[in-house]
Amino acid sequence: MSDSAYVQLLDLACGAFLLAAVVILWRRELAAIVRTFALQGVALAAIALLLGLHEGRADLVAVAAGIGVLRAGVLPYLMRRALTAATADRRPYDTGGAEGRETRPVVNVAASLLAAAALTLLAYAVARPLVELDPSPATRALPVGLAVVLIGFFVLVTRRRALAQVVGFLLLDNGITATAFLAASGVPLIVELGVSFDVLLAMLVLQLLTARMRAAFGTTDLDDLRELHD
Amino acid sequence: MQATMTAAVLAAPVAVPGAVAGAHALVLARLRRRIPRVLPRPAAVLVGAAGPEPDQAAEPAPTPEPPPAPGAPWWGLASPAVVLGCGALLAAALPRGGALDAFGGLLRADAPTVWMLFVVGAVALVACASLPSYGAGERLSARATAMLHTLVQAFLAAMCLAVVTANLGVLWVAVEATTIVTAFLVGHRRTRRSVEAAWKYVVICSAGIALAFLGTVLVYYAARQAGIDEADALDWPTLVARAGALDPSVTRLGVSLVILGFGAKAGLVPLHAWLPDAHSQAPAPVSALMSGVLLSVAFLAVLRYDTIADAALGHGWTRLLLTGIALLTLALATGLLLAQRDYKRMLAYSSMEHMSLIALGTAIGTPLALAAVLLHIAGHGLAKSVAFCASGHVLHLTGTTLIGRVRGLLARLPWLGGVLGLAVLALLGFPPFSLFASELGIVRAGFAAGAGMGWATAGALLLVLAAFAALAARTARMVLGPSPVPAPATVQGGAGAVWPLVLGLVACAALGLATGPLTDLLHDAAAAIGGH
Repeated sequence: MSDSAYVQLLDLACGAFLLAAVVILWRRELAAIVRTFALQGVALAAIALLLGLHEGRADLVAVAAGIGVLRAGVLPYLMRRALTAATADRRPYDTGGAEGRETRPVVNVAASLLAAAALTLLAYAVARPLVELDPSPATRALPVGLAVVLIGFFVLVTRRRALAQVVGFLLLDNGITATAFLAASGVPLIVELGVSFDVLLAMLVLQLLTARMRAAFGTTDLDDLRELHD
Repeated sequence: MQATMTAAVLAAPVAVPGAVAGAHALVLARLRRRIPRVLPRPAAVLVGAAGPEPDQAAEPAPTPEPPPAPGAPWWGLASPAVVLGCGALLAAALPRGGALDAFGGLLRADAPTVWMLFVVGAVALVACASLPSYGAGERLSARATAMLHTLVQAFLAAMCLAVVTANLGVLWVAVEATTIVTAFLVGHRRTRRSVEAAWKYVVICSAGIALAFLGTVLVYYAARQAGIDEADALDWPTLVARAGALDPSVTRLGVSLVILGFGAKAGLVPLHAWLPDAHSQAPAPVSALMSGVLLSVAFLAVLRYDTIADAALGHGWTRLLLTGIALLTLALATGLLLAQRDYKRMLAYSSMEHMSLIALGTAIGTPLALAAVLLHIAGHGLAKSVAFCASGHVLHLTGTTLIGRVRGLLARLPWLGGVLGLAVLALLGFPPFSLFASELGIVRAGFAAGAGMGWATAGALLLVLAAFAALAARTARMVLGPSPVPAPATVQGGAGAVWPLVLGLVACAALGLATGPLTDLLHDAAAAIGGH
């Protein structure tokens, strides 16, 4: 692979990665959000794969494959299962539609998109010392990872559906993984394995808690979580 | 110590609780098979959804199950004993100012590690010894008991891994694992409140600690650029030794994120919101472990990164950041303590108060301050675990967590009133308990560290006094006065409920009178985390 092709493909993958985060912010249907999240996982795996091919490291290619399986396959599958469970058993009361949509985000969609633009600019400003330390095609794309981290945080605090909040958490995590790859070709394998395992378990825990929340509250609207306060 | 011996002693604090957790999980699996779940959960919960739920919500529909096996206690005590024993072996074998490592530097024991192993072991001993009487008070089914033991032991294994690892990436993995394992302990009652607490706990802690991972990645990037090879770039001793070569601006960004992230897990502002909810909903012995050691194990991560940042950037940056966070946390905790009506939440806010004192001591950073910080971690762990376990017995006795509805504990059940009263006195910093010595140490070091830190310490002291008044007044109402109902005929839980708590108080008082054989260890530990 020639150098210019590598740079173009890397930029393309990073662009797709950021675009997927923005699309997640834009859509309201949880099913569409989950699909977009899977596509973002593909883009993340592509970033890792390109870096592995460029540096000629077989272990990075293997890690890329693992990331693809986890983030484009397993996590979206778990989310889809949680979503079907949420919409299926409530159909008799005709609230299934409400469960499948992020009906009333705290910040409306237009303002969210503007916020995403502002957060991306912020990420580029914050990342300047990081790029200056070692300017290369990969580190120049590093602010994209930070931008996705910030957008993930934004989704986490402005969405009201439990599942949308989980997506925010996973976006945050995708952003950090992308940052790790672009900055230093990924963290050591043992740490990467531990982190992936933790994320998978956290996802399972959150899925189970969503089910319990539905049993206890009858909905997954996080606005109902207001019994504990001072 | 021989290499294989070292490896065994370093791995045992993680492996033994892990194995005990596995054994309990096998019991759990067998129970599952014997009693198949007939129905998921009845829809009846929706009926109760509208009204406020009672404080002491019942377990979900009791299935005909055999009563819990009475043999559980000593199983549970095996792993705290192993943790304490390994701590003692390591303390004996540790060269002054040196460290022992195994598995290619993945596991490593230095003086702070050994100190924390002692603290984790002692607090776990109190908490695990209280588990059987807690289970009896809650009338837990065999399955719920097995679940509780499995998760508590796994929790213990994850905390020990965080303490004995030298790899900052593995440290992160272990701290995040504690979140995952304890989520079900927080939500074990499956009521609206506990589900809410568990959700907040997982989301806030995971998101907060994700920030810490981003910080870890940035430090790793700085280390790689400084020419440290991949295998050593997250190794703590290597990073401390070569901190001078790290790029300052990248390290500053990384360490700030790490302090915010692990600060979330340690109950520090701005990501503290999970703490009072989780501590008030978890089973009492689990609250004891979370408050007594989980917060300080997370804070150990902050201490590790603080050492790197001091060497790379000078002490100014982390001092500013930690002082700010400590004062904000202290102000918030004091404000909420003054208005508190629930005694478990009161103890949770008191934990935030003590963690902010620990953060302030770290910001001061002199050898005296850091030794006081480590002593404070130990004293707070012991006193708070006793207070939380006692609060569990109060809940079983009175059926309420509201301070206003608990009266005359001392007249009603003298041992319980006495233990709770003494534990709160210890938390207030009365001699002979060790929190007196450590708070005095932090304050003295603060006033000696220059005008800026002097003012911060003075402000902290005022806030601590206000918190002191709030805690003292509320506990006095609960403990003193005539008993509103006749004393119960039998002591709930029996002697098994009493001795762990008394032991914890005695240890806390002994540590306050003299550190004895631990003195050298304490000073070595303070020096290793950068007393300068």
